[in-house]
Amino acid sequence: MDNIAGSKSSLTWAVHLSVVLLVALWLFPTVGLLVSSFRTADQISSSGWWQSLFPTEQNLTLRTADPADPGAQQLLNGIYTVQGNLFVVEGSAETAAQSAAEISVWGTSSREISTYQPGDTADLGDGETLTVQHNGDYIWASPTELTGRGQRAFVTATTPPEFTLKNYETVLISGSTTDSMSKAFFNTMTVTIPATIIPIVIAAFAAYALAWMDFPGRAILIAIVVGLLVVPLQLALIPLLRLHLGIGIGKGYLGVWLAHTGFGLPLAIYLLRNYMVGLPRDIIENAKVDGATDFQIFTKIILPLSFPALASFAIFQFLWTWNDLLVAKVFLIDSTGDTTVMTNQIVELLGTRGGNWEILATAAFVSIAVPLVVFFAMQKYLVRGLLAGSVK
Amino acid sequence: MHPALQGLLTIIIGVGGCVGYFYFSNQFLDKVLYPAKGAQAGRNINRANMIRPWLFLFPAIVALGLYLAYPVFATLWYSVTDRDQGGAFVGLANYRQMFNEPKFWEAMRNNMLWLIVVPAASTAFGLLAAQLTDRIKWGSFAKSLIFMPMAISFVGASVIFKLIYDTRPVDQNQIGVLNAVWLQFDGGAGSFLILRLAPICLLLCFGAMVAYVAWAFVKPMIKPEDTRISGWTVPLRLVVGAGGAYLIFLSLRAILGLTTAAFPYGEAQTWLTIPFWNSFFLMVVLIWIQTGFAMVILSAALRGIPEETVEAAIVDGANPFQVFFKIKMPQIAGTIVVVWTTITLVVLKVFDVVFAMTNGQWGTQVLANYMYTQLFVARDWGVGSASAMMIMLLVSPILVWNVYNARKEMR
Repeated sequence: MDNIAGSKSSLTWAVHLSVVLLVALWLFPTVGLLVSSFRTADQISSSGWWQSLFPTEQNLTLRTADPADPGAQQLLNGIYTVQGNLFVVEGSAETAAQSAAEISVWGTSSREISTYQPGDTADLGDGETLTVQHNGDYIWASPTELTGRGQRAFVTATTPPEFTLKNYETVLISGSTTDSMSKAFFNTMTVTIPATIIPIVIAAFAAYALAWMDFPGRAILIAIVVGLLVVPLQLALIPLLRLHLGIGIGKGYLGVWLAHTGFGLPLAIYLLRNYMVGLPRDIIENAKVDGATDFQIFTKIILPLSFPALASFAIFQFLWTWNDLLVAKVFLIDSTGDTTVMTNQIVELLGTRGGNWEILATAAFVSIAVPLVVFFAMQKYLVRGLLAGSVK
Repeated sequence: MHPALQGLLTIIIGVGGCVGYFYFSNQFLDKVLYPAKGAQAGRNINRANMIRPWLFLFPAIVALGLYLAYPVFATLWYSVTDRDQGGAFVGLANYRQMFNEPKFWEAMRNNMLWLIVVPAASTAFGLLAAQLTDRIKWGSFAKSLIFMPMAISFVGASVIFKLIYDTRPVDQNQIGVLNAVWLQFDGGAGSFLILRLAPICLLLCFGAMVAYVAWAFVKPMIKPEDTRISGWTVPLRLVVGAGGAYLIFLSLRAILGLTTAAFPYGEAQTWLTIPFWNSFFLMVVLIWIQTGFAMVILSAALRGIPEETVEAAIVDGANPFQVFFKIKMPQIAGTIVVVWTTITLVVLKVFDVVFAMTNGQWGTQVLANYMYTQLFVARDWGVGSASAMMIMLLVSPILVWNVYNARKEMR
């Protein structure tokens, strides 16, 4: 608009810069979650995710090998020794060469973690000594036979950036009862797919009747649908739960499908009717003249032509049911917890594993990955649906 | 049986049953009840066509009636009965009990705060994003990134923001962004600029926005010669004017407070437990999600503005700001109202964010979560239903407005 007068606006650069800032601000939280889901627990708790590409300094408590392990203790020149690498013992590296961590200072008690430099030899009393090198190699020596568990060493180490798929393994495959999301994932699928398709089928027929069939009371029905669009589903919780328990559906998939169907119908009918009314009248009248029944017109002409509207509502309903917590908590999840969905599982993880960000971040990312894929693949329809649903 | 297989089976039964109903009921109507042949073919076809709309509508009417219309009345009934007395009618006792609970008033106060801040901020950010991305080449790409949080569940967003608000003990590295940034402030010039001057500017913008809207409502009453107003809008205009004045007063007071407040520099904060402000940290989550929605709708509205009006204004010497506020804003005012009311509806029902992040502790309770607590934790259905009716009461002006508009449109 500014170019019309012939002068290039001086604001252009400011606009580009502001958009970059705005996008970065909006993307930043999600990226944080994604990056965190690929980091190890130690890494997450020792540095912010935005530093994940740089080496981090962290305080670790490591332990030497147990002297009691077969082959761990050797008698060299009359001195019992246990040798190895602290990081290998801890299981964070396979061999000493793989461990790229650098120890800067270390100590042998939790109150004095920076007493010794790498290469120093610490006196543990009774002639026992411990020597720790830069890369974590240690020699633990004693004139008498070593017993008990391995000696603890408190090190301050600079560890290189490290990324892992282990979190995803824990969350998706491991089958651990508290952390595994695989069951919840399938449960969410089981809720979502019928809860998306059933309202579409019901609403499509109803929308066709409201758009193209003449019968008394049509206008009032449309007004009622518009009114029901905004009724908060909170009102429905208690009466419907009582109803479900009363007629024997109880808590379960059938109940949650019916509930999602009921709650999604007003928007579905509204969107689809608005779209179908706009279809050309000629086609429908020609088909009628040629002897097609309403059912045939609907399935052969209206449905294929309404694909964009069907797709927009399908995305809405899919996102809504996939992301829902309240309806699932009330109508689906019973005391056994067998039918838990992902959103509910994440809320439970927030309670039990509030500090374990590697599990939380991964679980959350698993649950938002599918909607994100759907979102980016079908954004066109989502936008179209939003515009049809709210702009008059 | 494997859960995936079980899921698949139930899907086939559920969806198949639904499609089957429509197919077979139509077949039954056409072939058995009123066949379109024989001596009475014509009469049969007419009768079948009279019945068919109801056949098409039957499942929808049942579902809507049972799952949305009936609960409104059932909840209303529960809210005036007592479950412990076997469902005896107790009048307004539940409401009285609810009004005597401080938690309820906390929820109401917070809800009002949410109702003002979230729609205002989302619409403002959405409008800003829409206007900025309107004419640049990579605008649609930028828009889809800002729009993305729409696909993320409230629970997922809560986890994302809990990571941002995370607090570690003093001797450890902060892994929450907010605390890491906070620890950078030391009370110097930068702190003054960002922690005092920037919020004051934001509050001034907010106050100006409120004044603009309130003035638009009140002006016709003071200068009636410009536009004619119908009598029934006067109360609405007065309410908006008074509310606007109160909000302006609040923002001025907040500005005064900001100039004198002492900030605890250098200490990591547990953001979600700071009284009053923690509600704002929860609101940020919803604003983050809803801005994309506002942006998409407003961007379409901006595109729909006739080019001639903008060109005419430029020819007359208007600068970009004048073009935006004097030419574009009035033309998309209707859309802004729609966006505002839609986000208002979302805010009224907000449950997941509060439930997952604080569960109403530390003074962050909102109505929907209060209701959930009453229903399923305290198991007091009377008070729970009463609070659900409060939500319905807050929604009903929008309901009436929507139905009124839809009826007007159809005529």
